Amino acid sequence: MRIKEHPILKFNKVKKIKFVFNGREMEGYEGETIAAALHAQGVKVLGKSLFLHRPRGFYCAIGNCSSCLMTVNGVANVKTCITDLEEGMIVETQDGKGVIV
Amino acid sequence: MKQADIVVIGGGPAGLCAAISAAQSGAGVLIIDKNKNLGGQLIKQTHMFFGSEKQYASTRGIDIPEILMKELDKYREKVEIKTNSTALGLYEDGIITVLEKEDNYYKIEPKAVIVATGAYEKFLSFPNNDLPGIYGAGAVQTLMNVHGVKPGDRVLMVGAGNIGLIVSYQLMQAGVEVKAIIDAAPKIGGYLVHASKIRRMGVPILTSHTVKEAIGQDFLEKAVVWEVDERFNPIPGTEVTFDVDVMCISVGLTPLNELLAMRGCQMKYVPQLSGLVPVRNENYETSVENIFVAGDASGVEEASAAMVEGFLAGLCAAAKIGYKADDFDDRRKDYMNQLNNLRSGPAGSHILMGLEQIRR
Amino acid sequence: MFEKTGIPSRDMIMEKFPSMDRINKGPAAIVECYRQIPCNPCETACRFKAIRVGEDINNIPQINFDKCMGCAICLSKCPGLAIMIADGSKSEDTVEIKIPYEFLPLPEEGQLVKGLNREGAYITDVKVLKVTNPKSFDRTPVITIEVDRKFLYEIRNIRVEV
Repeated sequence: MRIKEHPILKFNKVKKIKFVFNGREMEGYEGETIAAALHAQGVKVLGKSLFLHRPRGFYCAIGNCSSCLMTVNGVANVKTCITDLEEGMIVETQDGKGVIV
Repeated sequence: MKQADIVVIGGGPAGLCAAISAAQSGAGVLIIDKNKNLGGQLIKQTHMFFGSEKQYASTRGIDIPEILMKELDKYREKVEIKTNSTALGLYEDGIITVLEKEDNYYKIEPKAVIVATGAYEKFLSFPNNDLPGIYGAGAVQTLMNVHGVKPGDRVLMVGAGNIGLIVSYQLMQAGVEVKAIIDAAPKIGGYLVHASKIRRMGVPILTSHTVKEAIGQDFLEKAVVWEVDERFNPIPGTEVTFDVDVMCISVGLTPLNELLAMRGCQMKYVPQLSGLVPVRNENYETSVENIFVAGDASGVEEASAAMVEGFLAGLCAAAKIGYKADDFDDRRKDYMNQLNNLRSGPAGSHILMGLEQIRR
Repeated sequence: MFEKTGIPSRDMIMEKFPSMDRINKGPAAIVECYRQIPCNPCETACRFKAIRVGEDINNIPQINFDKCMGCAICLSKCPGLAIMIADGSKSEDTVEIKIPYEFLPLPEEGQLVKGLNREGAYITDVKVLKVTNPKSFDRTPVITIEVDRKFLYEIRNIRVEV
């Protein structure tokens, strides 16, 4: 799902980052958000809704709509559309509210 | 408590211009932005802007933040920038509360505030509209133009306003197929030069069409659209199914200005300005003294107008707290002329109507 | 219809073209800006003062074909990509057309590509004569194609098949 060449833009994807999504090891690039890295791997479903447990993906990608909430490194309700990917992150789909410690 | 002359909330096109203008006038400026970089939504606008030279016409949106940052840098001793910082509240006693990252919470006491918080995307109701794969047009722009990731392979664009048309074109530039652009209105809402350049790539634009339903299990697999009559009632039997994995929603924006409402600024619902907007005078000062507004937060319009509003609000806010520029009158007049010029044609008539409603 | 489809009518197109005589004398800009929008880079970009928008930037650009040299600077500056250049001075059978093309892959010089009309429909194969993409065009490459004269008013885009 990555753009290989673009007529206007150049993407500086230099440093690869390893992370874990639902127990699967994945790769993304430094500087991109968790949601973007997942989408690049074809992962569109980021969680389940509060009551009906319907699949949730991102919607606004600028941190406003809260449709992209996931559990990251054990912390629930992380806005993955604006949170940068970091080496070794443990990213999990979140079903409902998530557990707040 | 942190003290400041002018706090600019939001470092997009309006906020950056407001900061430049205020600093140029001699005021100290503190810019607060929740993102990690300034520039707001300019950072994903790969197309050339309209307008005239003064609003950077013919320059690509992605190149404008650099121009503005260079300008701002001239006044670096007067300007402080706080990114990754969200303005949480704007209180009646004038205090702003800020959360930097997730752990640094502090207060600011400013002499004046310019709220340039922009707008957010509207949504559309239809069955299964919550399926992953149904994204805001701006979100798709972020994904492909900032992160270099395609949203999918085949897209249905919902909305033929400027954003819908521009993002359709950008999707094609990213190598994504756009199956069609639909819009419930009987006419294309965006600039027709944009419509023509997409149409000649072979993409049909279906006016008087809306979404009937989205189909899919875990994510979008198909989209069904149907025609609407002149009263926007759907016409059964006109259904068309598109085999798409992305539906892009581009049905307009709503001003993001809760901070102003919280502060007690008089707000008014003005449809032509896309929602609830602050009542303000021609200097862009709201009904609360020393609280200014600029850009989409004051009413949704093009980025070119947002920049001029920013320059004007910054100039006037600085003057209001004692930093009146030597050429204040000339500059104020120039900015007002620029705004009039941008709005005086048919493309801007709804904005003038909206502003008229505020005055009444 | 134009407001519903984005496709200009034949009459609208013809109004923007200069006379055949003028095209046969050399390159001329055809500014397909049909509706008023606040925009004037075509006017500011023209070194020959051939395009006039005027004080009110919402005016539709007016072109003086006696002054226009067909240099294509306006073509690369138009944010709406609404400008093309036509030149009928090179051959009796064909015209040379310059169009903006912001997609990859770019065509190669000498390549035959699909010539499309304003609906994006295939009309005829056209030969690419030149691909110009200097820094000053700011990532809006200009493609010169050779088009059969009978398609002068039809061809407005190309498709490069890989």
